[in-house]
Amino acid sequence: MSRRLDDTDRRLVLATQDGLPLVPRPYHQLAAQLGIAPSEVMERLLRMLARGIIRRIGAVPNHYAIGYTANGMSVWDVPDELIDELGARVGELDFVTHCYHRPRRLPEWPYNLFAMVHGASRDEVLHQVDEIARLLGAASRAHDVLFSTEILKKTGLRIGG
Amino acid sequence: MPEPAFIDEVDRALIDHLQGGFPICEEPYAEVAGWLGIGEAELLERIERLLATRVLTRFGPMFQVEQMGGAFVLAAMAVPDADWRRVRALVDSLPEVAHNYRRESERHTPFNMWFVLATESEEGIAAALRRIEEGSGLPVYAFPKRREYFVEMKLGVRR
Repeated sequence: MSRRLDDTDRRLVLATQDGLPLVPRPYHQLAAQLGIAPSEVMERLLRMLARGIIRRIGAVPNHYAIGYTANGMSVWDVPDELIDELGARVGELDFVTHCYHRPRRLPEWPYNLFAMVHGASRDEVLHQVDEIARLLGAASRAHDVLFSTEILKKTGLRIGG
Repeated sequence: MPEPAFIDEVDRALIDHLQGGFPICEEPYAEVAGWLGIGEAELLERIERLLATRVLTRFGPMFQVEQMGGAFVLAAMAVPDADWRRVRALVDSLPEVAHNYRRESERHTPFNMWFVLATESEEGIAAALRRIEEGSGLPVYAFPKRREYFVEMKLGVRR
């Protein structure tokens, strides 16, 4: 698959992409599965964490289940020469969970800054979007908010076996 | 949208804790259980229940596909109501589609289906986009990220 993963790393990805084993010694179970030492499993996971191949090990909550029933993808048209400075400031807001520079798709799509906002209600999200609008001021030439109304699929990364 | 699930105080603390770094050591669940002041067996049962009831969608390593030489791309389509079921079935059926959301714009944006493609190679993205365009007969707009300013999916449990 990749220049950066060796075969054992790749088998470790395959063995954990559905989740970590829910047993007292999960890394030992993976070691037995892969036929390597538990210490090697732990070392490899630590190395993948250090290299950013693993962002973190942890739980992904369903936003709706933990009270964030509204999520809005706010999108903004800001001048390209200002986007890095503005993107960094928007990304610092505590209610913004993801913030990216993405290409425009003219004429249908004039927006180049994407900031995902989560809240307990649509009103709360709109209020947060107003806060972003104030921060951006005149630099924002247009914006929109796209609320998710249905999760159609959510499986996360799957690589082939 | 579904109503928020019933979860108790211990579940809340557990979810907040588990969004951070899960330990890499011989008995990591025992360590986390210690932080939470519960037993290891209870922690394992709670995680199993939260996964079974879909309060948690996943528990384990979060992989960054780009760091593995792969690609991760947001894409959108404007799908007419009459075509919705057919196009949704096509998009959801592709293993490269990691998630797919229906979104409604506050303004007049026609794009109502937003999905993320995760593949093991750059070429995999182009192939998946082509399959969706050919299968649906509709254009797909890709929004590859140019730069990431902040990504940290860490939300405290709302009370």
